[in-house]
Amino acid sequence: MRMLTYAEAIREAVVQLLSSDPRVFVFGQGLWSPWYVGTTMKNIDKEFGRQRIMDSPVSENATTGAAIGAAIVGMRPIVVHPRMDFMLLAVDPIVNQAANWSYMFAGQVGVPVVIRAIINRGGEQAAQHSQALQGTFMHIPGLKVVMPSTPYDAKGLLIAAVQDGNPVMYIDDRWLYEETGEVPPEMYTVPIGSAAVRRRGSAVTIVATSYMAAQAVKAVDVLAEHGIDPELIDLRSIKPWDRERVLESVRKTGRLVVADAAWQTCGVAAEIVATISCEAFKDLLAPIARVCLPDVPAPMSEPLEKAYYIGAADIVSAVEKVLVPKEQAWSTKSHSLIQEHTISD
Amino acid sequence: MPTAIDSSNVGTDLLLEMYRTMLRIRRFEEEVADLVEASEVKCPCHLYIGQEAVATGVCAALDKEDYVWGGHRSHGHYLAKGGNMDAMMAEVFGRLTGCSGGRGGSMHLFAPEVGIFGTVPLVSATIPLAVGSALAAKLRGERRVTVSFFGDGATEEGHFHESMNMAAVYRLPVIFVCENNFYSSHLGLLERRAEDNIYQAGEAHAISGVRIDGNDVLTVYKATADAVGLARCGVGPTLLECRTYRWRGHVGPSWDMDVGVKRKDELKDWLAKDPVARVSTLLFDRGIDESRLAQIDRAARAEVGNAVAFARESPYPDKSTLAEHVFYSEKEVC
Repeated sequence: MRMLTYAEAIREAVVQLLSSDPRVFVFGQGLWSPWYVGTTMKNIDKEFGRQRIMDSPVSENATTGAAIGAAIVGMRPIVVHPRMDFMLLAVDPIVNQAANWSYMFAGQVGVPVVIRAIINRGGEQAAQHSQALQGTFMHIPGLKVVMPSTPYDAKGLLIAAVQDGNPVMYIDDRWLYEETGEVPPEMYTVPIGSAAVRRRGSAVTIVATSYMAAQAVKAVDVLAEHGIDPELIDLRSIKPWDRERVLESVRKTGRLVVADAAWQTCGVAAEIVATISCEAFKDLLAPIARVCLPDVPAPMSEPLEKAYYIGAADIVSAVEKVLVPKEQAWSTKSHSLIQEHTISD
Repeated sequence: MPTAIDSSNVGTDLLLEMYRTMLRIRRFEEEVADLVEASEVKCPCHLYIGQEAVATGVCAALDKEDYVWGGHRSHGHYLAKGGNMDAMMAEVFGRLTGCSGGRGGSMHLFAPEVGIFGTVPLVSATIPLAVGSALAAKLRGERRVTVSFFGDGATEEGHFHESMNMAAVYRLPVIFVCENNFYSSHLGLLERRAEDNIYQAGEAHAISGVRIDGNDVLTVYKATADAVGLARCGVGPTLLECRTYRWRGHVGPSWDMDVGVKRKDELKDWLAKDPVARVSTLLFDRGIDESRLAQIDRAARAEVGNAVAFARESPYPDKSTLAEHVFYSEKEVC
């Protein structure tokens, strides 16, 4: 099987979508640049022309709104926001317009727009060049939100998003761009709303999104080395999310860790935890743990960044916490199954 | 402001058609005002009475397949573009047979068969959407143009300026029609902007900006026809500032509740510029007798009466459908 990086997989999806559907065009900042959105759009303008690959004015609002207007009248635009932070200038078209349009007009028209929001953080970029806002957009009815963590899903979910017929926010994280994986050369879709079980296990369920799903793959290796048998679910779709898959897993393991590299309050993890508490409370053998960013803006200085961001080691620690024996689970005594572990990013 | 155009260039049939459209809007709005007052209609209704010449003159210069986007005060746009009156009345009543299935009400109108893919009340929100439908038409190589209707308040939003720039840079076939009625809700124009110069915003974005008498349907028609010509041949967008006045309050049937006594004097001046009466005078001068005009009025009233009857007889959406249509499904569309 052929291997591609995550960035190459996105690029291939865009090329195949443009080749197969004349309604598709790409609109956003930096699309004619070889580096502005990583290599995900590199030279596509040369192949398909600058009418279909439009490097936009510095107008997130008008760019997104125009794409939505074009989608309402039958086009299939992909809007690219090289930084999710800047996309906040376009919240009206995304939330008030695209997400509500089908409902406001009783399903007589859809808004087949893909809003590609890139998380681009680390490297001392600080608070306005770092945000991961999936929880904010998960809150909105009428909007679908996907977050692939592998090259295979990066391609398949982008194609599914464009073909969906509804507004889909496609969130990719630049920390994943160099990940490699098997990617079939043909066009294929990954169904929106379906999670992937990355590892079957019985001791604990780990649900992770995007970058944290990639980190969780490392974490489960460490856990397995220590004789722990976790189940890992890569959520892939944030909205709708695969409730059945997660519920089924938690009912089996009785323990849950949710990892999402975004703020904890009202985030993706909060929604999953709330759902499990409501629907599988009796199956829980221990309190649930969340691995999220603290409710703090992204810092700049490197030592602060190191304290802020989370990774595989944090997942391992969280699993340790929830793996206490049932008889001790609801006490506050500390407990450690794994005395030492080292994980490199 | 350019002087009124020579009305002799416009055929009597077209003038009669515009008169008919304006009266249909006027009578519809008067009926809605009464229905709101009687609490039979409960959703917020922003009435178009006094502004009929703008929608009518603009839409008379468009083809059926041209796109039109509107805002919270769009009953007139919908009728002038050819939307079905029964479906709009039923929508205002919140009924299943409404143009938006009873999920939108007065502020959300939909008539894709005549190029209206949505009017929504978020001020200025449809301006970038209009740029998008113009972009779609350009990418597809179609000849159709897009009209974006919005009020003077919308020109204070960032959407407006970003959209004007975008339309100019890509030379998109879009006509920005600002209906300057001098009030945004309760607040007068000069309490919100330093100068009464909306049309000059076009110049700042390299777009031709024209200020016209929005109560003169022929002037509006002619200016729109010029702008449509520029749009269709690829020259690009135009900004039309149509100066007009809403007779009623910002929302609902009251005459001056929003802005108090000061507006009463102004209103008197604007009532004298009644756009509908101006057309009837023109027609009368052309030898159309009063009985013909009265017949047009009777027909408009009858159509409105039928629309109310249709709405009253129509069912409400069933509560079991509450969660339907959050997502679009091609299967759902009949």
